[in-house]
Amino acid sequence: MKLLTHNMLTSHVKGVTKGYPLLIKATEVKMNEVEFNPQFVSRMIPKLEWSALVQAADELGQRQDLPGELVPDYEKNEDFLKKVHRLLLEVEVIEGCLQCPESGREFPISRGIPNMLLSEDEA
Amino acid sequence: MCSFVQEIKALLALRGKKFQPIENFKEKSPFWCLDGLSEEDVRGIMARSVCAKSAFELWGHGQTHSELRTSLLNYPLEHMSPFMEKHSTYRINVYTFNKTLEFTDRIKKIDALDYLPFEGTVSLKSPQHVFCLLEDYGTDPNDIPDHPYYIYFGRWIGDGQRELIRSHSVKNRHFIGNTSMDAGLSFIMANHAKVKENDVVFDPFVGTGSLLVACSQFGAYVCGSDIDYNTIHGKGRSSRKNQKWRGPDENIRANLRQYGTENMYLDVMVSDASKPVWREAALFDAIITDPPYGIRESTRRTGSHKDTAKPADEKCYSHVPVSQAYHLSDIFTDLLNFSAHRLVMGERLVYWLPVYRPDYSEEMVPLHPCLRLISNSEQTLSSHTSRRLITMEKIKEPEEQDSLALGADPSLSPYQGHNAFREKYFSGVNKRSGKEENKPEVNGE
Repeated sequence: MKLLTHNMLTSHVKGVTKGYPLLIKATEVKMNEVEFNPQFVSRMIPKLEWSALVQAADELGQRQDLPGELVPDYEKNEDFLKKVHRLLLEVEVIEGCLQCPESGREFPISRGIPNMLLSEDEA
Repeated sequence: MCSFVQEIKALLALRGKKFQPIENFKEKSPFWCLDGLSEEDVRGIMARSVCAKSAFELWGHGQTHSELRTSLLNYPLEHMSPFMEKHSTYRINVYTFNKTLEFTDRIKKIDALDYLPFEGTVSLKSPQHVFCLLEDYGTDPNDIPDHPYYIYFGRWIGDGQRELIRSHSVKNRHFIGNTSMDAGLSFIMANHAKVKENDVVFDPFVGTGSLLVACSQFGAYVCGSDIDYNTIHGKGRSSRKNQKWRGPDENIRANLRQYGTENMYLDVMVSDASKPVWREAALFDAIITDPPYGIRESTRRTGSHKDTAKPADEKCYSHVPVSQAYHLSDIFTDLLNFSAHRLVMGERLVYWLPVYRPDYSEEMVPLHPCLRLISNSEQTLSSHTSRRLITMEKIKEPEEQDSLALGADPSLSPYQGHNAFREKYFSGVNKRSGKEENKPEVNGE
């Protein structure tokens, strides 16, 4: 699971109102090289909840020197875009789980794929 | 098959251009003349279209060679001369639609064009400029006239992407399923959805990822989800004749890798499309999908229900505690609602709607106040069933009352009731035993 995806996911457990962002508990993380595409990264940045990205990066120990807030004029800042690119697309959670911050319910991630299915009582 | 007009219109819309046919335009004719396009526009369209064969800059036309000649001599010389310079090379092709011509006849026709002011030299191998004489002998192979109904002459600009259909054929793909979308249709759907470079595309019933493969080819980043754990993980029984179980390289990511677009892979998830896990924000530039019809793949969702559907490989479904029949009407309500909430404004949802033909009327196509219906093209599956390729565009942001109104949408009543479509489908196959069969061949011709 990539952090771009994680940034867009939210808990859908019944009754939960503060289900975003999902906490990440990773037991295996891989770095996977992906071609750097500055236009794509620039396009994605406005769609992101920046604080959720920072939090996820912290949880995985991958934050490095990512700023706590979005820098202005990021479109032209290639260094910055590369850092964001790395976090969004190259860090992959292979094994672990996503956890609803309100209910504690865990969604397993295996072989890089999250399983978001709820059981009948939770649905 | 599917509407060629819709594919071209979508590709034109991608470039901000309108579909402007000249007078006497006939949709069924294999030859179309369009106005208001630059060469760059045409190249852009041909780089994406799988329906279009070739495109030319029209220099002259007529019903007879005499009319053609008059027309060509009226074409401004200054538009011709850049392509006819002394040191340039060229060749002229003759293309006869619905007729086979002898080689000598072709040569005669080329020679008859000697009134054109070519100054360059003929090169058959690698000419700088290619011209084409196109003759239309109609569309009835049983009634071929001696002389063409119409003749065109133009400068060749480019060919369409029919090669993609061959190169991306599902036959050669590493990972397939029983209902993998054929390559041609996948590309057509991507075109209908105006998929472009750097888009984010989502498929909520992703299966083996055929639609994502096509979108990635056009430069989009792709993600998908499916309720079927085994398909997402690439496990379970193979859909190939001589293979029992799927191999380790069979999953969606591997398919993208096969075609060199693994860079565009975002994620796939096991998830129930009726219970979205995505934030409500303008996340996706396109939503493209082929929802289950309840015939070859069962329709399921999580939830308690006494009436459980029984899919194959049930032992692997420990990941889905109890299966509830996902009523077809709900699939579309959910899909349209999901799209209204998560599509970027102005962007599109493209999906297949199964139809029982004897009952069909346009009112049955599901609607949503935030989505505008752009097109609806039919593909026949059998004498009594077909599916319709529906294209919708987001025109406004949803408000509270929009979701509620959908519950009472009368257009969805033919899909109410457990697998109503499935029952109607099998009622036509009444000579057989009514057991589920792997038929018919869902072909994308």
